[in-house]
Amino acid sequence: MAILEVKNVGKRFGGLQALSDVNLSVAENSVHAIIGPNGAGKSTLLNCLVGKLIPDTGSVMFDGQSVLGRKPYEINQMGISRVFQTPEIFGDLTVMENMLIPCLAKRDGAFQLNGWSRVVGQQDMIDKAEEMLRDMHMIDKRHMHAAAMSRGDKRRLEIAMCLAQDPRLLLLDEPTAGMARADTNNTIDLLKQIKDERDITIAIIEHDMHVVFSLAERITVLAQGTPLVEDTPDRIKGHPKVREAYLGESQDAA
Amino acid sequence: MLGLEKRDTLLLGVVIVLTLFAPFILNPFPADSGLAQFNAGYPDLMQRFVIFGIFAIGFNILFGLTGYLSFGHAAFLGVGSYSAVWMFKLLSYNVVPALVLAVIMAGLFSALIGFISLRRSGIYFSILTLAFAQMSFNLAYSVLTPITNGETGLQIYTSDPQYLQSVDAPSFPNLFGAAMNSSTTLFFGDWTFTFSVGYYFCAVFLILAFYLAIRIFRSPFGMMLRAVKSNQQRMNYTGLNTRPYTLAAFVISGMYAGLAGGLLAAMDPLAGAERMQWTASGEVVLMTILGGAGTLIGPVLGAGFIKYFENIFAKINDNVLHGWFAFMPDGLEDAMVAIIHPFVGKGWHLTLGLLFMLVVIFLPGGLVEGGQRLGRVFRRKDSNAGSVEANAAKQRNEAAE
Repeated sequence: MAILEVKNVGKRFGGLQALSDVNLSVAENSVHAIIGPNGAGKSTLLNCLVGKLIPDTGSVMFDGQSVLGRKPYEINQMGISRVFQTPEIFGDLTVMENMLIPCLAKRDGAFQLNGWSRVVGQQDMIDKAEEMLRDMHMIDKRHMHAAAMSRGDKRRLEIAMCLAQDPRLLLLDEPTAGMARADTNNTIDLLKQIKDERDITIAIIEHDMHVVFSLAERITVLAQGTPLVEDTPDRIKGHPKVREAYLGESQDAA
Repeated sequence: MLGLEKRDTLLLGVVIVLTLFAPFILNPFPADSGLAQFNAGYPDLMQRFVIFGIFAIGFNILFGLTGYLSFGHAAFLGVGSYSAVWMFKLLSYNVVPALVLAVIMAGLFSALIGFISLRRSGIYFSILTLAFAQMSFNLAYSVLTPITNGETGLQIYTSDPQYLQSVDAPSFPNLFGAAMNSSTTLFFGDWTFTFSVGYYFCAVFLILAFYLAIRIFRSPFGMMLRAVKSNQQRMNYTGLNTRPYTLAAFVISGMYAGLAGGLLAAMDPLAGAERMQWTASGEVVLMTILGGAGTLIGPVLGAGFIKYFENIFAKINDNVLHGWFAFMPDGLEDAMVAIIHPFVGKGWHLTLGLLFMLVVIFLPGGLVEGGQRLGRVFRRKDSNAGSVEANAAKQRNEAAE
């Protein structure tokens, strides 16, 4: 059953047709990768899913409900969490506070005027946040300022924050961009572990083919704003159209 | 105790002791000595310390936590003052209805201005609040003269109705008969200490305001406000709507300002438009940054610091300076007076400006950071430990704030 259904989505920026006639269906509890050369429209598509952009045409359905016209926080409350290309965390806050915020957002909703209650009194939330940090092997860093951590740890924290909300769909935007090989492999292992242990659907946008082929069960190749092919990793590897799209890109780059 | 952590209880205790014993603490010099002019323990100035302390505590909830820099908070102070004086005019000299209306009106007014201004952030937000405050000032100064009495300022006349004023009640703002301008003086040797009803009335509000601020800082709501300052994008993608959080912080700080304005009117029952001018808004920004934005005690320290300078340094004139340097040869005495003259008396702003620059450059965390650094020098372990230890100590201190 498809949890995310994208139908005929198009988006134009001035003279540039960034997306045209995109159809995409992400099956529940699967890992779906979206790959494509630079400028293929991957990020535009992602932004259309989370409410940052509103597509000109088409529909985006999440679990049978349209996400179009909803604000990012509303879409998140529906069960879609997003991990950014550069980790977006609360740098001025401690790691523990970073974890508490999504826990509270999950429990209390988009706004709660609880100026009289105490953070230290929210024992259930603290337990939940600590358990998450323990799972992520970050419990010893809980009093650290998030901004002071390494990039790999920031990424790990951001993923942990998204998971603390128990999302049904986790969107990852090039989660290993700019990472060293060791950090990349750690992230792959982490994502594999998440996939095995949770009922969660993962959609991932990625440049690094190593990451894509280690994780994805299904791959959509996007080129010039339209899906070229959608298939299993094995079949994508040898697909002539995919080779053409990527070779074309490398020739342009040279 | 009181739902506070040990450290916060200690901080609240320090504030309570300081405010209750302020008439002694601020009057360290005998009344007839040459240093008596540095005494700040007279009711008028002490009232200003605590009233502007309340104003700055409220401003800090908006600016210190969310990072939204409002340049228009004096407008809410002014609204509070006008509301309070109107209650004196219409009902009676009792301060309770005056303060209630001051807080409510300032809250409504800040909800309106906040709702519009918070559609933008950063410099655009600051400019919007500045524009609204200047509009309010001009309205109060000219257009709304029937309500504000224009440039004369709103005051109480014998012809005012005062429907609830009883015959034997004092004809000055009072709390069920205890007039705000009444005081007792204690003579102790060469020292004189003045205890005024008005000061202690304000001090109680400062303590309550400070306690409420601690509760907000340590609440999930306060944590969300700090998250707004840190990363709004992540907040939106964590299912949190930032707009009501910032608006709530704006209205709370507006109500603090309204309370401060109401108290100003209760201490001296008149309200003028100049209270809403942008320089007044700028002053509370200075107080907060000077003391330490985002810290609990900082704004109170900043308010006290600036009000002390305004009132004490401004009183040092050339005669006083000549008195100080009288022991020097004539030529040298005149030279010293000429050098110091621009920095005192009417030039106190110059000294304040220099101090402000020094603080911002060398102590970005304000006076509170200065205190922390001093504390660290005394605690040798922290200062001598390796860089990792020092970092941890810094984070510990920041977390403790």
